[in-house]
Amino acid sequence: MKTMKSALLGLTMLGVAATATAQGEQFIPLLSYRVGPYAAGGSGYFGGAIDYFNLINATGGVNGVKIIYEECETEYNTSRGVECYERLKTKHGGASTIDPLSTGIAYALLDRVAQDGIPMTTFGYGRADSADGRVFKWVFPVGTTYWSQAAAMIAYLGQKVGGVDKLKGKKIVHLYHDSAFGKEPIPVLEALAAKHGFELIKIAVAHPGNTQESQWLQIRQARPDYVILWGWGVMNPTALKAAAKIGFPRDKVIGVWWAGSEEDVIPAGDAAKGYITAAFSAPGTGFPVMQDIKNKLYASGKGNLDDPSRLGSIYHTRGVSYGVIIVEAIRKAQEKFGKGKVMTPEQVRWGLENLNLTEARIKELGVGGMFPPIKTSCLDHEGSGMVRFQQWDGNGFKALTPFMSGDKEMVRKMVDAGAAKYAAEKKITPRDCAKEG
Amino acid sequence: MIYREAGQFKTSYEADAAIFPIRQDRIGIAVILVLAYLVMPFVATPYIFTAILTPFLILSLAAIGLNILTGYCGQLSLGTAAFMAIGAFASYNFMLRVPGMPILVAFALSGGISALVGMVFGLPSLRIRGFYLAVTTLAAQFFIVWCLAKIGWFSNYSSSGVITAQEVTILGYEFVSPESRYLLVLVIVSLLALAAKNLVRSNTGRSWMAVRDMDVAAEVIGIRLMPAKLTAFAISSFYCGVAGALYAYLYLGTVEPEAYNLDLSFRILFMIIIGGVGSILGSFLGSAFITLLPVFLSLVVAFLETTVHLPLSKAITSNLELMAFGALIIFFLIVEPHGLARLWQIAKEKLRLWPFPY
Repeated sequence: MKTMKSALLGLTMLGVAATATAQGEQFIPLLSYRVGPYAAGGSGYFGGAIDYFNLINATGGVNGVKIIYEECETEYNTSRGVECYERLKTKHGGASTIDPLSTGIAYALLDRVAQDGIPMTTFGYGRADSADGRVFKWVFPVGTTYWSQAAAMIAYLGQKVGGVDKLKGKKIVHLYHDSAFGKEPIPVLEALAAKHGFELIKIAVAHPGNTQESQWLQIRQARPDYVILWGWGVMNPTALKAAAKIGFPRDKVIGVWWAGSEEDVIPAGDAAKGYITAAFSAPGTGFPVMQDIKNKLYASGKGNLDDPSRLGSIYHTRGVSYGVIIVEAIRKAQEKFGKGKVMTPEQVRWGLENLNLTEARIKELGVGGMFPPIKTSCLDHEGSGMVRFQQWDGNGFKALTPFMSGDKEMVRKMVDAGAAKYAAEKKITPRDCAKEG
Repeated sequence: MIYREAGQFKTSYEADAAIFPIRQDRIGIAVILVLAYLVMPFVATPYIFTAILTPFLILSLAAIGLNILTGYCGQLSLGTAAFMAIGAFASYNFMLRVPGMPILVAFALSGGISALVGMVFGLPSLRIRGFYLAVTTLAAQFFIVWCLAKIGWFSNYSSSGVITAQEVTILGYEFVSPESRYLLVLVIVSLLALAAKNLVRSNTGRSWMAVRDMDVAAEVIGIRLMPAKLTAFAISSFYCGVAGALYAYLYLGTVEPEAYNLDLSFRILFMIIIGGVGSILGSFLGSAFITLLPVFLSLVVAFLETTVHLPLSKAITSNLELMAFGALIIFFLIVEPHGLARLWQIAKEKLRLWPFPY
């Protein structure tokens, strides 16, 4: 009985493998959201990813392996997201990797992806301490985490005043969305405040944040040197308008990257002029890849964005960057496990863990300068931690700095501590990175 | 015809007071239970367990909790999700801080904690009613979620206020596989649903209904309002607390307080409005409607996309799904404002007479 069962199992597995290689397709499920309050972000991001996948397919795939994707509408709702994940994970021979673009859904999938063996990327959101690959084997906050970003913001403010030591005695307000998202950077900001001797004033804004008179009154009384705007959705334009009302200079407001898209500043009108935000990818249609997407896809009506004028916007290029990183991870995995083959999720995970996108390679891919060099490892699933700062001039975002990072050493220590605590709670034995190939 | 009770005689008080006095109902419920306990574990796929059945059952339990308070005792509440959050965070802390705590005891105790908090927030119900009471429960919703996020102790000083559910182990067996989790939820939900059904037919339940229908009259016939209202708040919060703990432990795994936001409270309220206010069956029907219908619609659209190759973009189909869902809610509320449970009751009456209406 047992032998028969295993024989049967072997046969079916052979069958699955045969069909998978025959198709030569790598499946990537997309938990997108195109309705509801966050539709602008969702349609831009997933539109960008789809545009890049289509471009790769149009030019022969990844060493001949085509990428197929299927979307499922989550409405940014956690239980819908879980349902979509469960629905798509086994389709088309199995999901290679997943990115829900929602902190709530990412949390709910944290245990599931480890159990199912599907790598999850959280591109610029999610748990900061999941950068520790020893504990979070299947989670990849590729690029940057909130903690790295907070550290980079302080480093940038240090540059502005002429050295981080000059931050001593300055007042910085952390104006944040009162949720896990807004609270995530507080430990890092507090540690940096203690280290550099600036005063940190934390002011919470309740969701959704469309009235902020009292908060800005508090800011006016405190007379801070800078305001960090850790906002989301309608809270951002409201904050900018409120800043204009009390006459707080907009070039002293530093936004988080989710507060730094066209959708955040255009509704604020003139009040947004001069506003500075962090970003982990650069916008624009000048990149060769964006030109390809424009000429090969949009020219023939195959583009994914309903409104082609959003081509090259912040969210769209962020989605393209996500596409590039996933495709490169698959390419990297193919180098090790066989070119032109469909990679298993475990192999894609290896690819994500051994990414090495140098400046030269990024340029070769036609996205030079869109995102910083990324080199991941078993120990470090983040791989970069670099952020650039940009300023809104009323028409577009202008880069103020190259990609830069903050106090990486301190952030890493906090990541280790956070991950160790998580491992103890969940009784996970961290991997020994020396043994990983 | 189908529901003909002719020939079914009740010869004892026990038979007269049975939950399902009609034989057809008993057969029906037995079939459902056999399906749920014996057939489903063998036929359903992991997708159906984790994405459909488990959340459906857990939200049904929360809807029963709200139905006890709103449907039976007449106290409108907008704080259901907050009481669920208390259940989840209390379970987390019991498991974290008490060594060797059995998970089922943790669930029960967290229901108890939720009940205590529920009674505190129920106190205003003695002085105010209707929409004004709804506003105080709305305050509970915001205050509790804010508290859980604000006070680090509740989440064991997690930097973002997020908790991660510990493993669910009972007598050495780890509930990891989707079907084992489903069965555990099913056992808990069916036991609690049975308890709720009996509770609302008991003295307590009848006093709640008296208070709901007219509290002055209830007082006149000798029902003490304070115990009646506070027990309703306590028991309702107990159910919501257990549902919240199940939601965190057997469904989501890792949760932020924001998962238990006002949106979830509203969804549970819509469940009982659509399912049937003041009906245990209605809680299940409403939960099925609100959680399963959007999934079903999106599956239909996905099916159409692959077979007919709809020439529509994803943005349009997503919006169409949402519109269809809204239209169906309006349709059912127009057809039967008293909910799906009432619709079922009418159907039953009709079936009783069919094929001879008069």
